[in-house]
Amino acid sequence: MTRKLITGNGAAAWGARLARAEYIPAFPITPQTEIIETLAQWIDEGQIDSRMTTLESEHSMITTAGAAATTGVRTFAATSSQGLLYGMEMIYTVAGWRAPFVLVNVSRALSAPVTLEPDHNDVLAARDSGFLQIHCATCQEVLDSVLLAYRLGEDEKVRLPVIVNLDGFYLSFTREPVEIPDDKKVDQFLPPYDPGETRFRAGDPISQGVIVLGGSQYSYFRYETHLASLNALEVFEEASKEFEELFGRSYRAVEEYRTEDAEVIFFMMGSFATKAKDAVDRLRSVGRKVGLLRPRLIRPFPIEAIISAVAGKKGIAVIDQNLSLGKGGILYTELASALYSMTDKPVLVSFIGGLGGRDITREEFYEMVAVTMKAIETGKAPPPRLLYSKEELMQMKGLQSIARVEQRKGRGKR
Amino acid sequence: MYRIRFHARGGQGIKTASRILGTAFFLEGYEVQDSPRYGAERRGAPIFAYVRASKKIINERGIINKPDLVIVTDDSLLLLPIAGVLLGVTERTVLLIATDETTEVWKKRLNLQGLVLSISTQAAVESHAGLPLLGVACVGAAAQLAGAISKSALEEAIHEQLQPLGKVIVEESLAAAMAAYDQMEPYARCTTEREDPSADSYESPHWIDLPFEDARTSAPYIHAAATTFNVKTGVWRTMRPVIDLKQCNRCALCHIYCPDGVISLDAKGYPQIDYQHCKGCLICLLQCPTHAIDAIPEHGQEGEIS
Repeated sequence: MTRKLITGNGAAAWGARLARAEYIPAFPITPQTEIIETLAQWIDEGQIDSRMTTLESEHSMITTAGAAATTGVRTFAATSSQGLLYGMEMIYTVAGWRAPFVLVNVSRALSAPVTLEPDHNDVLAARDSGFLQIHCATCQEVLDSVLLAYRLGEDEKVRLPVIVNLDGFYLSFTREPVEIPDDKKVDQFLPPYDPGETRFRAGDPISQGVIVLGGSQYSYFRYETHLASLNALEVFEEASKEFEELFGRSYRAVEEYRTEDAEVIFFMMGSFATKAKDAVDRLRSVGRKVGLLRPRLIRPFPIEAIISAVAGKKGIAVIDQNLSLGKGGILYTELASALYSMTDKPVLVSFIGGLGGRDITREEFYEMVAVTMKAIETGKAPPPRLLYSKEELMQMKGLQSIARVEQRKGRGKR
Repeated sequence: MYRIRFHARGGQGIKTASRILGTAFFLEGYEVQDSPRYGAERRGAPIFAYVRASKKIINERGIINKPDLVIVTDDSLLLLPIAGVLLGVTERTVLLIATDETTEVWKKRLNLQGLVLSISTQAAVESHAGLPLLGVACVGAAAQLAGAISKSALEEAIHEQLQPLGKVIVEESLAAAMAAYDQMEPYARCTTEREDPSADSYESPHWIDLPFEDARTSAPYIHAAATTFNVKTGVWRTMRPVIDLKQCNRCALCHIYCPDGVISLDAKGYPQIDYQHCKGCLICLLQCPTHAIDAIPEHGQEGEIS
């Protein structure tokens, strides 16, 4: 085991390497990432024994990954943002095939307008597909989650593909110290994939593209896939326990940070949650009882773990780095529905922040606690709050005044 | 925690420089986070990178708003507000500039209260290609200023990061870094880890309720569109550099400094800008010693390009 500085992209590649991914279909052009570049180099240098095929789109890449997985080959793929959306038709389809493989997504905000930095609308567009979703907050977690994802997806009780998500820039290009696990131990944790009876062979062909009409059979297949996804909660628990025994790092479905006696907790996912940890530490040092709850698993959604973690808390500041246009924060909606049946529910306050990689400052975390405290006192949550300042709007107005000059010029010419 | 921010132009090797510094801290037993930040990857565009180093786990992420040390390897960026070099610079921030002007000039020009230090671009160790090795020299200087990095850790970090580029580059970079390390000895440990203010008192963010604005205002359109009819690559510029040849003394600095190589010299040695490929970075304007280069708004000018 060695500890070295690597990026989130590097960590994802290391995960695939240690998992001994045998087949890597890849769309090699933007928005593809250094994950594939790194793996391609290792293949070229003979450091890993994998086969890579380049495809003309993410749509084909995901089709190929699903098809390969049904033959029992351990398959790894990676994409980002618009690429994930381009392949969305097949995201739903391969999950229905019950083909387990790992797809790493580097989260970046969606067009329009075009941007480069992260938020979670890309990966949440795949929320209802049947893919399981593990969300990471550190580069170490990216590597470890790829290993856990194979265990999870390949388990007999699950057999579903898994997305491992990391934030663009904040993890993908950021180097942090990462422990590279010993490969023998990884082999012990992750033996070769054996699909058993469900293996597809060319000599014994079956069809995956089944058509069922009338709704009844369709309901059966879809609900079975749903039940398989729910099984992943228990499997994750077992796998993470074993992982901790072998590697000493604990990954629960929901990370609880200093929540024990907390009155107010932040609820959020992804790498910005470490910023919340920083704010929690600082607020704790001046006596505020705050904590952080971070769901790692978004699908399946660990409802019971969340309910037991929020029991007795007075208020929750839900921070959504996404926006369901016409509704609001997706995580807020998920949490609210999960807690609806609870008696003595904490007050939920909805914040939308970090869209397109917009920073969330330490002071904003402090302020979110203050707003939540006030909501606890009054028993009434304020309307959802976009983290956006007066200064930002002034800057926008300045840019718009330039645009108006261009607009007048343009109209005059035509 | 040390919070160090690098500013440079795309292509000057600042990502590598920040990684060398990060690696050196890591070798000294620090927790480290280093990352480059750029938009559309474009040679000559302002970019930055940052390094955090601490004895404890680092939970902060993203842009460093309150740096302990700011390193600028291209002094033209100091005059470019969009580069944000002075963001969060206070009297306790050390500013290290690769420049041939004196630090007094920069202190006065930018009205800086804190310590300003410089690395001479003229005196810098040159690579075999004849270019000054400023990025790695600044890393050497930063290592000394932080006081937490030994020469041997710096050497190992340079080996680790630059080995794939070959022996010659490693040796040149070592020479550049060590020279700067020695040069900064009088200022050893000038960069200190900042005590963060207590969470008890803080300035509330000035959040506002975003007002509705109709699509004429709030849809993200570019009105100066269809510029590919006029310019092969479409217009990247908001401002266009224009050379007044009457004022030009044919020093060729604009030709040398243009990061895209779009300023050529005619038979008489006068510079000519290829507006088909000029991206409007205005480095030429900043370099011109006779102020013969002006910047004019791009809009309304497209039609003049053949």
